[in-house]
Amino acid sequence: MEILSNSYFLDVVKVIIIFAGVMTMVPVLIWLERKVVADVQIRLGPNRLGPFGAMQPLADALKLMFKEDITPAGADKFIYYLAPLLAILPALLAAAVIPFGPAPWARVIDLNHSVLYSLALSSLSVYAVALAGWASNNKYSLMGAVRSAAQMISYELGMGLSIIALLMMTGTMNIREMVELQNAGGWNIIRAPFMFVAFLTFMICGIAETNRAPFDLAEAESELVAGFHTEYSSFKFAIFFMAEYVNMVIFSALAAAMFLGGWSGPGVNFDSATGTVEGGLPFVLLGIVYFVIKIFAFLFFYFWLRASLPRFRYDQLMNFGWKFLVPLGLVNIFVSALIYAWRDGWFNQL
Amino acid sequence: MPIIPDFVKGMGRTLKHAIGTTFGKESITVSYPEQEKARPQRFRGRHILNRYENGLEKCIGCSLCAAACPAEAIWVEAAENDPANRVSPGERYAARYEINMLRCIFCGYCEEACPTGAVQLGFDYKMVDEQGKQADWTNRDSFIFTKGMMLVNPGEGKPDPLSEALEERLKKNPDHDRVW
Repeated sequence: MEILSNSYFLDVVKVIIIFAGVMTMVPVLIWLERKVVADVQIRLGPNRLGPFGAMQPLADALKLMFKEDITPAGADKFIYYLAPLLAILPALLAAAVIPFGPAPWARVIDLNHSVLYSLALSSLSVYAVALAGWASNNKYSLMGAVRSAAQMISYELGMGLSIIALLMMTGTMNIREMVELQNAGGWNIIRAPFMFVAFLTFMICGIAETNRAPFDLAEAESELVAGFHTEYSSFKFAIFFMAEYVNMVIFSALAAAMFLGGWSGPGVNFDSATGTVEGGLPFVLLGIVYFVIKIFAFLFFYFWLRASLPRFRYDQLMNFGWKFLVPLGLVNIFVSALIYAWRDGWFNQL
Repeated sequence: MPIIPDFVKGMGRTLKHAIGTTFGKESITVSYPEQEKARPQRFRGRHILNRYENGLEKCIGCSLCAAACPAEAIWVEAAENDPANRVSPGERYAARYEINMLRCIFCGYCEEACPTGAVQLGFDYKMVDEQGKQADWTNRDSFIFTKGMMLVNPGEGKPDPLSEALEERLKKNPDHDRVW
């Protein structure tokens, strides 16, 4: 395995494999979402193409590719073409720091500040939405973009605050180290009561960050036609669509790695001194399987939530973000800081 | 926070639906061309012309259906019955019975007006499917359904929902007045 972690060529191979894996998730998720939502609504869902309608996303993609690609008159051409790329690029870049398994070859880079890196990239995706809405020269697009920019900025705050509590506990900003700590000492979500609060805040903010129901105000179809991507057709729309699903996968992976122990699970005995797994390759793959199962659990929750809850109103959204999640995050930081100060004996020195 | 128990309750309900639909239970929708939903007893589909058990047509060519029709879609031409070779048990029968399906609004007034229960709105709603093989739907004449297209064999017609309801009532109460 030495050669696998030390070669540029194999780095490229890893990038390609992870890129292909994440992009393959997109049609699977589109199918899964339609099936889950159909089941919740006691419908059949797609069932024509392939077994259980599983080929439906392929047909949809094909249809999108052959549709006319329209650029509205008065659109800011350069930005209009740039926005879909800006949407998918940060989403894919964030996949680089996710440790998919307990081996060096199961991640692309081992960044010391990977939490910060992924937060930064998730903030970048707001540019895509804002620029798409602005460049479309359409009032509905602009309204959607403005809403979405406000929403993403507000909820990023809550997300950051929830992560600070996590960082105080783990003492590291490296997701790989976080997962290894959880493998040794139990999942972060159950290690302390305030971690559960942090997890809930992180989940809610993550759903808002990915612009998913019930926080999908940016594309509220009952009010704004389709929000920021009203004027996008053909493959440019498909890229926005893909970016949304890739963002969901990345967020689910981050949540699973930071709070639910990543690849850890029964059977995966990781030795942190040597950085190897007992039993070798099959158990590394088992760890990857655990991680994928956790990701899918989060994704199912996404779909379940979408099928259950109505959309927030704009003022409700803002109230919830600023008057509930941000104070909750601050209190959570304060309480967890007090607990750590007490544990480390700071009060004895007073 | 009264929203939290409500949230949990709602999520539980949707999960129950999802599990129920995934594992076994029938969904509300059906795979249409292969499966069809049962139509209600009083469904108003394509017209049928009934016959008596002995094969005679119920229609006596009285044109009451045509008079009742608000869309003026029905055209009836009556002719005298030949006693040796009867078409219907009455004096006259419908020599021509045509319904213009482009005009018909499927209100069912013809069925109500019919004194012999000859014309009924049946269960069939796939008119293009059933007739489309021989007809050219770009031609307006194809939409005029003639007697031969609507006549059904004895006993094949649609059961009269009103008489069925009456049977039910008579079963419960034999003294029920038949005149209603």
